[in-house]
Amino acid sequence: MIQVFKDVKIDWLANRRIFIAISILLMLFGLGSAVFRQVKHPNGSEAFNMGVDFKGGTVVTVRFKQRPSAEVIRDALVKAGLKDAIIQPVTDKPDMVLIKIPLEGGGESQAQVEAGRAKVRESLSTFGPETGIDKDLNSDANAAFKIEGTDAVGAVAGAQLRNKAIATTLAALVGILMYIAFRFEWTYGAAAVIAVFHDVLVTLGFFSIFQWEVSLTVIAALLTLVGFSVNDTIVVFDRIRENRRLHRRESLYKITNDSINQTLSRTIITSGLVFLSVLSMVLFGGEVLRGFSLALLIGVTFGTYSSIAIASPIMVWWEQRLESANRSSAVTANRDQLRPIGASKRAAAATEASKQSRGAGRA
Amino acid sequence: MKKKNLLQRTIIIAIVTLLGLYVVIGPRRRPTRHDFTWSGIKATLAENIHLGLDLKGGTHLVMRVKTDEVLKNLTLADAATINKAIKDAGLPAKEATPETSNGSYRIVLEATDAARLAEIDQAAKKSLGNDQSYWTSSTSGNAVVFTLPPSAQSTLAEQATDQAQRIIESRLDAVGVAEPLVQRHGSQASHQILVQMPGIHDPERVKQLLKAESKLELVHVVSPPSPQSAQTYNTEEEAKATLGGTVPTNRRVLPYAERNEPTAAGQTATSDAQKQKKWVVVESPAVVDGNELRSAQAVQAQGGGDSYQIAFALKPTGAQKFGTWTGANINEYMGVVLNDEVKSIAFIKSQINDQGEISGRFTKQSADDLALTLRSGALPAPIEYQEERTVGPSLGADSIRSGVRASLFGLIFVVVFMLFYYRGAGVNAVVALLLNMILMLAGLIIFQATLTLPGIAGIILTIGMAVDSNVLIFERIREELRTGKTIPSAVEQGFARAFVTIIDTHVTTIISSMFLFVFGTGPLRGFAVTLVLGLLINLFSAVYVSRTIFMWELSRKRKLESLSI
Repeated sequence: MIQVFKDVKIDWLANRRIFIAISILLMLFGLGSAVFRQVKHPNGSEAFNMGVDFKGGTVVTVRFKQRPSAEVIRDALVKAGLKDAIIQPVTDKPDMVLIKIPLEGGGESQAQVEAGRAKVRESLSTFGPETGIDKDLNSDANAAFKIEGTDAVGAVAGAQLRNKAIATTLAALVGILMYIAFRFEWTYGAAAVIAVFHDVLVTLGFFSIFQWEVSLTVIAALLTLVGFSVNDTIVVFDRIRENRRLHRRESLYKITNDSINQTLSRTIITSGLVFLSVLSMVLFGGEVLRGFSLALLIGVTFGTYSSIAIASPIMVWWEQRLESANRSSAVTANRDQLRPIGASKRAAAATEASKQSRGAGRA
Repeated sequence: MKKKNLLQRTIIIAIVTLLGLYVVIGPRRRPTRHDFTWSGIKATLAENIHLGLDLKGGTHLVMRVKTDEVLKNLTLADAATINKAIKDAGLPAKEATPETSNGSYRIVLEATDAARLAEIDQAAKKSLGNDQSYWTSSTSGNAVVFTLPPSAQSTLAEQATDQAQRIIESRLDAVGVAEPLVQRHGSQASHQILVQMPGIHDPERVKQLLKAESKLELVHVVSPPSPQSAQTYNTEEEAKATLGGTVPTNRRVLPYAERNEPTAAGQTATSDAQKQKKWVVVESPAVVDGNELRSAQAVQAQGGGDSYQIAFALKPTGAQKFGTWTGANINEYMGVVLNDEVKSIAFIKSQINDQGEISGRFTKQSADDLALTLRSGALPAPIEYQEERTVGPSLGADSIRSGVRASLFGLIFVVVFMLFYYRGAGVNAVVALLLNMILMLAGLIIFQATLTLPGIAGIILTIGMAVDSNVLIFERIREELRTGKTIPSAVEQGFARAFVTIIDTHVTTIISSMFLFVFGTGPLRGFAVTLVLGLLINLFSAVYVSRTIFMWELSRKRKLESLSI
């Protein structure tokens, strides 16, 4: 039997200050980058490199037979009146280029989109004719380029998409908080949500620092990361819940450490596998999925880290505070009684099961 | 008992697997020999799975119906109606003034003789006819104020959006777009319409066609009657000056592109600058409008050549109105107005019933498109495009290739690791994983969900999540074995304990995906669909199927000394 971790006995909680300090530092980095960039560019939201999905504008994907250099393309675009276009080569497709045109004008005209397709086509025709609509670029001897796709989003639609994305993420967090509060206790739920929130912030921080483009698919990745990170946290919390029933005498501190250690090999294996499948997305998924897979790659890493290093310490700290508060008010509250009915039933079942398993040969 | 249970489980799994396989790669017709070859299977798969526009190629448009225009027009038209009624009845009231600003729509009708206010109120209400139900009226001082309450505003806006949607559908249908999708988009109050057109890679023409307002009106031109020639003005200011500087609600000043006889072929598209633009004053509202149109066709102009015009016919109600009006206005001038531009002016020789024509310098395609937009009815309000996305076929194919490649690599990583790390039990996980993939595709087909590029990302993520369930179970079984339990009880305990965690993790992920599905837009939804589907199936494949394989292994030998895990 191959075993990654056998009987690990790491005192995770002892390092909680270091963990939390690292996380705060990371979040501050991201936040600092966002604030710094925002202040540096007072006119627009430059904290993040917002894609057309959220900022509005047009992206035209062009495939060339012989790709001219970015400068030459830019010159051609400027001649057609497209001054602020960004020309971005596609990393895995050497013959392709993305031409990004920001929204022009103000007010009413920003609401509408006028796909820059016509203007781009006009300016690119200096390189040669475009392929016919239903023809392939390579089979058309005369053609020099082909417009493969356009994405044009107006300011209104962009704002709409952005608000929706934020609302969706927050709603998902609330939904998760409620479910965990129902299944465990609200301190567990709050700790899990804080940890997830941390993951989202750190990931967004990376996007701000490296100015990776934030698009709709990045939001999808953030939501996935929310699910994944909570997933990881729940596995640990589940074990804590189980161990608390089995070993009522033990301190929460020790139980939490034990639980993290017991689930460690699962955590590492699963996260490693998810990491690898996401990595395959980064490497082979192409340009369109790049933002998505990058966000997930970071998210998976920090999601795993946070369920051990953030969620558990916060939960323990919170529970201990509650306990001492209870004790000081001289109420001998058995916290088990505060559990929902279903949970106490399960608790009874678990004790029953543990009795049996002890009978079956535990020393 | 146990044996029977195992048999039952095996049968269930076999049936589900076969059904899944059939749904995914089975043709929906009598199978031929070709269907059993690799290329045949690939073709059927492509036929069965409904690909999204980002993979298949096509155009995605989001447009908004400017419903405030509808409300504005209604207010203006009703104010004109009230004015006419009050004037006809000779009641003592000032001209009704429509107010349309900041989302409030009102008509203020001030009485010059406050004593007869009730009478004026009655007359105004009566004149509104069917529109009366929209307005609420109140009297303040010596004025009657008609207000459009928010409920009526939203009803009208809703109607306009629905109507626009129907018109867009019929226009797309007429122009021959294959399998278009037209549906409401965003929240109810946003009045957005989503149009998806597979296979359309350059949407310029369709876009113009959808947006075309093509409002046809037949109007009374304010001019001395024939034989004097129709009264036209050289500038807009000049025309307005005859109305005393401001245009009253019952008049409009419109540009008139005086008709030039078609010149030589090829020069049909004369630029505006070359035309002599003039202005005319016409009465408002129009005698008949586009809603009374029965048919419209592009026909070749009498001169022949490349010049086209549009012949139209009116519906019986419109024809009756038009007939009465032309009968009463012989020798007066009538204008054909298209999109607020007078196309032609003619004097009425005799009563006309239902035929007419729009002449201009149309090419065949522009005449065809115009006739089509006229036929499908006028849009109740202008539309504006808010989002436009096009994907060419090769870009879509590229995305499929890279998506499939990424999935395969992800799958291979996972399979190799599981077999290496868990040995015999790894086989369980791999079988469960493959079954999950098959059933997920089957689920997509059964629910007719669309597979998008983010959807493929959802599949890849499902691979990761699905294998997590097995890792949880296997690690738990290993733990139980270490405490010295017998193999069957370790397996049983491992599944039972891990199951609680699996349920919790799945439910939380499904919760966040649900939010994505409910609130998210296009691409996000595709992602949520595959993820939720994959997770639900995972409960079957990773728990039920994997368990059955263990049961089968355990039942093979009476006494099991070791478990390959």
